[in-house]
Amino acid sequence: MTLPVPVPLAIDAPWGLIVAIKTLVVLSVIPAGALILGYVFLLKMMSHMQSRLGPMDPGGFHGWFQLIGDGIKFIQKEDIIPAEADRRVFMAAPVVVLISTFLLYIVVPAGPRLVVADLDVGVFYALAVSSLSVIGVLMAGWASANKYALLGALRAAAQLIAYELPLVLAVVGVVIQAGTMSLQGIVHFQQDGSLFGWNGLGFPLILTQFFGFVIFLIAAQAELTQTPFDMPVAESELVAGYMVEYTGFRFLFFFMGEFGTAFAFAGIAATLFLGGWSIPHVHGTLADVLGPIVLFTKVMIVSFLIFWARFTYPRFREDQLQAIAWKYLIPLSLANILATGIFKVVF
Amino acid sequence: MTLDFRAEALIQKHLADARINIELETEGMVLNLGPQHPATHGTLRVVVKLDGERVVSADPVIGYMHRGYEKLTEFRTYPQITTLINRIDWLSSFANEVPFIHGAELLMGVEAPPRAEYIRTILTELSRIATFVLFLGEMALQVGAITPAFYGFRDREHVLNLIEAATGGRFHPNFNRIGGLKVDLPQGWIDETRRVMKKIFDSVDDFEGLVVGNEIFAVRTRGVGVIPAGVGAAYGVSGSNLRASGVDWDLRRDGPEYLVYKDLDWRVWTHSDGDSFARYWVRMQETRESCRMVLQMLDGLPAGPIMAKVPRIIKVPEGEVWVNTENPLGEMGYYLISKGATGPFRTKIRSASFSNVSILPWLLKGVYVPDIITILASLYFILGDIDR
Amino acid sequence: MTGPKFKLPGVVSGLGVTFRTMMKPAVTVQYPHEREDPPGRARGVIALKEENCTVCMLCARQCPDWCIYIEGHKEKRPPRRAGGRDRTVSVLDRFDIDYALCMYCGICVEVCPFDALFWSPEYEYSEPRIGELLHDKEKLGEWMQTVNPPEPLEVGAEVKGKK
Repeated sequence: MTLPVPVPLAIDAPWGLIVAIKTLVVLSVIPAGALILGYVFLLKMMSHMQSRLGPMDPGGFHGWFQLIGDGIKFIQKEDIIPAEADRRVFMAAPVVVLISTFLLYIVVPAGPRLVVADLDVGVFYALAVSSLSVIGVLMAGWASANKYALLGALRAAAQLIAYELPLVLAVVGVVIQAGTMSLQGIVHFQQDGSLFGWNGLGFPLILTQFFGFVIFLIAAQAELTQTPFDMPVAESELVAGYMVEYTGFRFLFFFMGEFGTAFAFAGIAATLFLGGWSIPHVHGTLADVLGPIVLFTKVMIVSFLIFWARFTYPRFREDQLQAIAWKYLIPLSLANILATGIFKVVF
Repeated sequence: MTLDFRAEALIQKHLADARINIELETEGMVLNLGPQHPATHGTLRVVVKLDGERVVSADPVIGYMHRGYEKLTEFRTYPQITTLINRIDWLSSFANEVPFIHGAELLMGVEAPPRAEYIRTILTELSRIATFVLFLGEMALQVGAITPAFYGFRDREHVLNLIEAATGGRFHPNFNRIGGLKVDLPQGWIDETRRVMKKIFDSVDDFEGLVVGNEIFAVRTRGVGVIPAGVGAAYGVSGSNLRASGVDWDLRRDGPEYLVYKDLDWRVWTHSDGDSFARYWVRMQETRESCRMVLQMLDGLPAGPIMAKVPRIIKVPEGEVWVNTENPLGEMGYYLISKGATGPFRTKIRSASFSNVSILPWLLKGVYVPDIITILASLYFILGDIDR
Repeated sequence: MTGPKFKLPGVVSGLGVTFRTMMKPAVTVQYPHEREDPPGRARGVIALKEENCTVCMLCARQCPDWCIYIEGHKEKRPPRRAGGRDRTVSVLDRFDIDYALCMYCGICVEVCPFDALFWSPEYEYSEPRIGELLHDKEKLGEWMQTVNPPEPLEVGAEVKGKK
């Protein structure tokens, strides 16, 4: 499988301008993605699953302004830092989490040429960078000078580290089949592939890597500390775990980090398993235009699954959570890799 | 200056704790599941001593909501007291009035006419349904699922609308009078109740699919907070909590006769495990059983008056009586002492949740912190019932 | 249908429940744009029919909260027939119900021997200042317009002869 030759951009612009444009695009996609996910799934889908309407008044039409209004409210609140907190670490923690989210968006492609940086080790890079948020969580818990925040942060760190492994191992099967770690390459593999000789649908890797997809979703759910894995955040002795001392715009950073990462993980899942921005037989500039829309649709489908599970299930206790990761998910994902390897060699 | 024995005991306890801490060089953390906590239904405070994640000792502190009911009843007349005791267990408020009025009727030698007894039973069972449907939703909320809580409130609304149509008040009906009921049912109520019962059946099926069948819920609640039958009975735990431990005891069938339960065809549900899952399951089955009972009673509702002949100003003759009934939360009882006035001389209120909560120090030893929440949710107490 | 029934694992059927609920319309009533009417008997506010009141004070005495404040005085009226004695009539000066204290129990309405108090299902009378929850005679008279006529009772209820 040959790697696609990078197509040069039609315009010849100075390198600094391109970097600035890419930075701006990513910086605007993060809050936009977080807002859209938050509004559609957290406010509206959750409400309808609970037989109620959700916000209807803010902004007039079905309350679309609610989250933006919440954001404005957060920004104008007083910035309270506990007296005994470690100021620099306290202020840096949400930024670390947000940086990890930002770095995730760099590799997710939205079109054949619409990617900030198409790294050869895209998958490896994405999964490595997503674990930076653990540092942010630990910093937040430690710097808060609050027993309960520290306990919540330790629980969260244990959970996040435990679920890194199934996350990574689930993706190895995809990499084996596609033959490349570059996300753009995986998308092209799915676009140009064929099912038993018929290439109408391409070859979305979810068909052979279904278990990998499920394990990836479960591990992503745990990485986002969402129910059923939200013990660090929800029960946590009184309030919000490691975020308990954060108010105002710092809390907004955590919130945006959470939903931004959800958007990014859904994007990675859509890229790895569902074909990303690709529609079979659509190439060139048309793919550049349709690519973001197609990717967005697939991201919404994957997010729907993530949030559907979030609103339906009760939460696991911490020890049951760890048992699931170490005793069930990791052996299953190892078996998945073994099976994929065997099939790749035999067929 | 001598201290009284309670202060002395408290000082000795602190000294003993300090000695243990110095000897073992451990510092157990004291966690205050304070009066304000989303997991306790109201102002219950549980002072929990932790060793890592495990509970070493638990002390419930009650009384934050004490309203002085027994003192209030000393200076009120019977209709006024009926209004007040609605508010002891505010979720199943009709059921609180029943034993009190029944006791007064026993002392007076007055029997309510059959139609009144039937309607009283229907309303008691409706309040049981309302309480349990909320429990089904809200225990799932404590365990982590946010959606069933909304279903619980939504379906409880149907029952509350029924109670409002009949009595005028959703939460506090204030409908019982000595000798019968205040006024008869409005037109169309029986058909509406039949429709609502069908909705409740569907909703309990939803809960079964969403919560009971859920493996995560099972893993969180099975084996958690097991109350052996003997221990439960010794602590005075009653109601569905005891039936979930396998004890086949229901005051509607086994206690002295009251209301019309002997005329109905119904069964008592028990479960042998005694854990939190069993308590959820038993209450779910009892909700369905109450729906069936209400449908039977609607079919067999006799016609006739709803108030017996009682004088205008009711003075209950001298005497003492103890009446206990199967309330949704457990066994509730009133000991009425009357000296012939328009109000009782003394009322002692035995509330179910007070005894249910007394088992917490024994039950919470050695469990994990998240399990405390599950156990508190499964015991299902209401603070107004504990503190009165 | 014979044969083993395939039972979905609980986690899957739970998803089905939430999905089905999402597809059904929501039950929210968007107050204040839409309103639900309470049933006819709902205990919303108490209305006073002043001409029936004889200042007997039964309601004020029976109220568990003592939230009814009544003041009246006696007046002399001319006799009905010539040559008779003067009649004394109680005139109501002040009849206030403090809705900040009222428990909505209805004992006052029930106990009034002259049918001067009525229940009305009107519930939207909240005030920003708690002092304005004390409704005086005039305001209680205004609530009379919202009182429902007595509704028919269910089948099987005893129809009382005229009182």
